[in-house]
Formats: sequence, C-alpha cells, structure tokens
Amino acid sequence: MFRFTHTPIDPQALRAQLADPACGGYAAFEGWVRDSHEGMRVRRLEYEAFEALAVREGERILAEAIARFGVAHAACLHRVGELAIGELAVWVGVSAPHRHEAFLACRYIIDEVKQRVPIWKKEHYLSGDSGWVNCERCAAPPAHAAGVHRHD
Amino acid sequence: MDPLAAGRLAPPPLYGLVLAGGRSTRMRRDKAALAYQGRTQLERAMALLSAHVARAFVSVRADQGSDAVRARFAQIRDAHENLGPIAGVLAAQAQHPEAAWLVLACDLPLLDEATLAHLLSARDPARTATAYRSSHDGLPEPLCAIYEPRSREPLAAYVAAGKQCPRKFLLGADTLLLDEPNPRALDNINTPEEYGSAMATLTAESSATTRHVTVQYFALLREQAGRREEALVSAARTPRELYAELAARHPFTLAPDVLRVAINAEFSEWSTPLADGDAVVFIPPVAGG
Repeated sequence: MFRFTHTPIDPQALRAQLADPACGGYAAFEGWVRDSHEGMRVRRLEYEAFEALAVREGERILAEAIARFGVAHAACLHRVGELAIGELAVWVGVSAPHRHEAFLACRYIIDEVKQRVPIWKKEHYLSGDSGWVNCERCAAPPAHAAGVHRHD
Repeated sequence: MDPLAAGRLAPPPLYGLVLAGGRSTRMRRDKAALAYQGRTQLERAMALLSAHVARAFVSVRADQGSDAVRARFAQIRDAHENLGPIAGVLAAQAQHPEAAWLVLACDLPLLDEATLAHLLSARDPARTATAYRSSHDGLPEPLCAIYEPRSREPLAAYVAAGKQCPRKFLLGADTLLLDEPNPRALDNINTPEEYGSAMATLTAESSATTRHVTVQYFALLREQAGRREEALVSAARTPRELYAELAARHPFTLAPDVLRVAINAEFSEWSTPLADGDAVVFIPPVAGG
C-alpha cells in the first residue's frame, strides 16, 4: 500500500496493519523534517506530489521489494502539504518472517521512493528564502540571457 | 561593380493581387466572404499573399469598394466591366506598371503556403509569367501565377483584340509552367457542395497536424508557469517539441535533460508521439522522503 496524506502520520496505526502471525520481524523507517539543509536554517517544508503517477510508481516499488526480498507485507505513506520541523514526512514499514529481509526491503523502498516517485520538497528558510530541493541548482541559463552584452 | 548592387538593374517590386470581383453566380453567396475556420477566404488569401509581397491589394469591381469584407484592404478597381478576372490584372498593371504581380483567385481555400513558396522560388523573372500546370487538365492555372512587368503590353493587346481568357493568354505567352507540389491546392470552389467539401478537407488537415493536449504543472514548473494546468491546441508532435513551445511562453529555467515526462499519468519518452487528448506532465527533479 502506497498512499499520500494531508494530515499527520500515525505510525502506530500503520504498524498494526502489517501484523501477521507468520512474521517474526518488522522494520520501519520514519523520515522527519530537519531544521537545516546544506547549512541553511529551515523554518518549514512543503511537499507536493503528482499523485496519479506517484501512487503507481510507489506501488511498483513495494511490489519490487516484496518480490526481491521475500518479505510478507510492505507499505509506505508520504505526507503532502505544509510541514513543521520535527513532523513525520514519510513512513515505510515492512514485516517479514525474519529481520534480515525486513531491514533490506525497508532500505530499498525508501531509497527508491526518494529517486523515482514524483514528489517535490520546497524548503522555506529562516533567512526568508525558499527553494525547491534538487531543482534550483540544475537550472539551465535562461534562453534570453544568451548573447546579451552587459554594459555595466 | 555588380550592376544589381549599383541599382541599375534592380528587380521590379513584387506586388500581390487577390481577385475578389467575381459575381459568385453558382455559389449564390459572395465567395470572398465565405468563412473557413473562422476567417473569410479573402482574409486567408490576403494573409498568405502578404508574407511574400511588398504590397498586397484586393481587386474589386467598381461597385464593391465599400463592401465590408473588402473595405479593410488596399483596393484596385476594375476599369472594364464584364471581362472576368483579366480585368483585375489589367487594372493592377495599369496602376503599377513597374511591378510584377502575384495574382491569386479568391476561391482557392486549399491553397497552401508550400504551393505559394514553390511558385516564388521557381519563378523566372525573364519569362512573361510563372504559373502552375493544372493537375486536372495540364493547362496553365492563371489565377495563382506571377505576371512579370513584360506581360503588361501583350496582355493589354490581347484584351484589345477582343479576347479575355487568361488561361489562353498564358498558353500563348512565354510562360514558365511548374508542376503543383500539392495537386489539390488549386481546386477552386464554385458551388455550395464544393464549399462543404473544402471545409471538411481543411478541418481534417488541421486535426491531423494539431492536437488538443492538457499540461499539468508541479512544483517549480507550476510556479514558473503561474498555473496548475493549461489546455492547448498544439502542433507539437512530441513532448520534446511541446516543452520547447511552452518554454517560449513561460520563464522555465529547467533544461529538458533534467526533467522526465509523463503522458496520461505514466512515464514516457521525450520522443513519444503525442495524441489528441493527451495529458502531459513535465517532471522536475524529485525530492521525496
């Protein structure tokens, strides 16, 4: 189950959904909103998702983890909207017969989600600036700037 | 010194003339005023012509000068009555004898830019005229043709001799004849049935070359586009062409090579052909977790 939520994530309720008498191991990952990013003081965060595609891609990642590591259940819930420092941004949970596969699958899921799922994070800094993470530094020079002669 | 550069042998100016003085007898409606895709045929012909000529005129009968469809364009009035289209060419040559004239009929709704561009690029100003050979009967098409200044005197003499068929004039003159790049481009329309068929052809062509797409924007692109979504009719064939078209209108800073593309909520390639009704999303670098 891969889903988005606009309200605070409750890990206890999610954990209960993975319970299974055949499982002896459970691993979870919680991603929290940190107060700094690359030396900048962060005041709050904003997450946005292209949910129609993100849910499809997220479900594919969970299915891959189950197939690859042989775990019994896997789930991920991602928060969207405005988040304060310390809030839970993403939760991943896996239950499996043994702990080893549960750890591996949990790690696989969070790593793939960060790389593949269309979710974006905007950081608002104490300085008043803000920026879309991973987007600001890969900006191409504006087309109209090419060939402009500056006379200052 | 190059005589052209010295101006002594400067080529004659090329002017344009749309013949809109016909009586539209069989159509029973003014052919110049027939609308195709929201524009009158006269507006369409003048727009096609204006891109290629120094000045463009509409040829009118003496009693049509204040007609609403024609009044917004520079006009040349016929001096002769009941001569047919040749009267318009004569009047234009009388008014500007120094010019070469690109003459177009006003009932060629399928005339396309490629046909006009080919006529101009193949034109030989040393000949009397440059025209197309009809794809129907092999005879010259006199009403999508260039009449050089040297055609003025023989044309006037031809009319003075009591003749008025411009096709026969071109046949007897030193006319460069070209094959049509698009065999339907010079199909003229004379009846309501032909008008209906031309409209259907134009509609089919435009839906084959453009498509309705919606674009949804997220994150940085949403902010730069200033909207979450837009619907457009685009000639872009692929997401790559669509992004280039949108980047010309919006201040996007992200180069295509850092973006991914989704069509109808599934990842796609930049070169995937777009279909009518597609929903496209350009995906900025992601940062979940």
